[in-house]
Amino acid sequence: MMMKEISLHVLDIIQNSIAAQASFIEICIEISHECDKLLVSVSDNGCGMDEQLRKRVENPYATSRTTRKVGLGIPMFKASAEAAGGMFSLTSKLGEGTCIQAGYKLSHWDCPPLGDIAQTVYTSVICNENINFLYLHRVDAREFRFDTREIRRTLGEDVPFNLPEVMAWIKEYLAEGIHTLYGGA
Amino acid sequence: MKTLQELEEIRKRTLDAINLRKDTEAIRVVVGMATCGIAAGARPVLTAFMDEVAKRNLSNVVVAQTGCIGVCRLEPIVEIYRPGEEKVTYVKVTPDMVGRIVTEHIVNGNAVRDYTIGYYEAHNN
Ligand SMILES: Nc1ncnc2c1ncn2[C@@H]1O[C@H](COP(=O)(O)OP(=O)(O)O)[C@@H](O)[C@H]1O
Ligand SMILES: [Mg+2]
Repeated sequence: MMMKEISLHVLDIIQNSIAAQASFIEICIEISHECDKLLVSVSDNGCGMDEQLRKRVENPYATSRTTRKVGLGIPMFKASAEAAGGMFSLTSKLGEGTCIQAGYKLSHWDCPPLGDIAQTVYTSVICNENINFLYLHRVDAREFRFDTREIRRTLGEDVPFNLPEVMAWIKEYLAEGIHTLYGGA
Repeated sequence: MKTLQELEEIRKRTLDAINLRKDTEAIRVVVGMATCGIAAGARPVLTAFMDEVAKRNLSNVVVAQTGCIGVCRLEPIVEIYRPGEEKVTYVKVTPDMVGRIVTEHIVNGNAVRDYTIGYYEAHNN
């Protein structure tokens, strides 16, 4: 089993934050061609991990789930970054939250494509209305910022994100924002 | 460019649809999004359901995601809950199966038997 895109790891790590009862999740992608680096981070304000669990989760034999004995998501993400000349770090505090960061060397043979990050953000936002998301994406000097709190303020409390028109708006907004990062008008 | 102004207009337009929606019990589509599901292709399946439901304006359907449903080798797994009926579990779902599931099961109320876990287990052992 493996993830074909970095954006699929991001989706998987977001699922951990959701399971940890986070009410706020920040996703940050930073690409610097000058530094030959792609940095990804996912931070949340969920339940966090104690020191003992935090130490265990980076190897593939830790999980608090009961359906299977091993957790794989974090070790897979870590292995993918390290295989591409990058780094991985996990910081967490019980009761406060968790931050997972991975760095990739862009030019490395084993650096997977970022992939469809818009789809990762889109599905996460629409299916988890009760969670606020902040998505920051930087490519060299350009930045795109998407904050669901701003959308919530505009829509008011009564209009859900999963209405067809709202979904279409969010999807296009993300597509356009990301497009401009890569040189599109 | 998409603007927040447009969103504001959507808000005004859709308040009626929302009130209507509150009165009907929803059909739930739940896609398993644990690590094994994601690696096996659950994300495009989830998106396909969201797109299809939005395209047909099925206001009584909620598409949701969940953690591990339990049988990694059968991922992507999708469960459909129609009010008052037993849940139906679809296995090894791909985006091109979604149109049929939405038309036959969600809209017309007949599960697509060939895609269900029961059918799969009976024909692959
Ligand atoms: N954001 C998070 N907040 C709190 N606990 C977490 C978080 N991410 C991971 N964990 C803990 O680490 C364990 C291992 O995570 P992971 O490797 O993704 O495997 P899995 O999600 O399948 O258990 C989880 O079961 C959970 O206990
Ligand atoms: Mg996980």
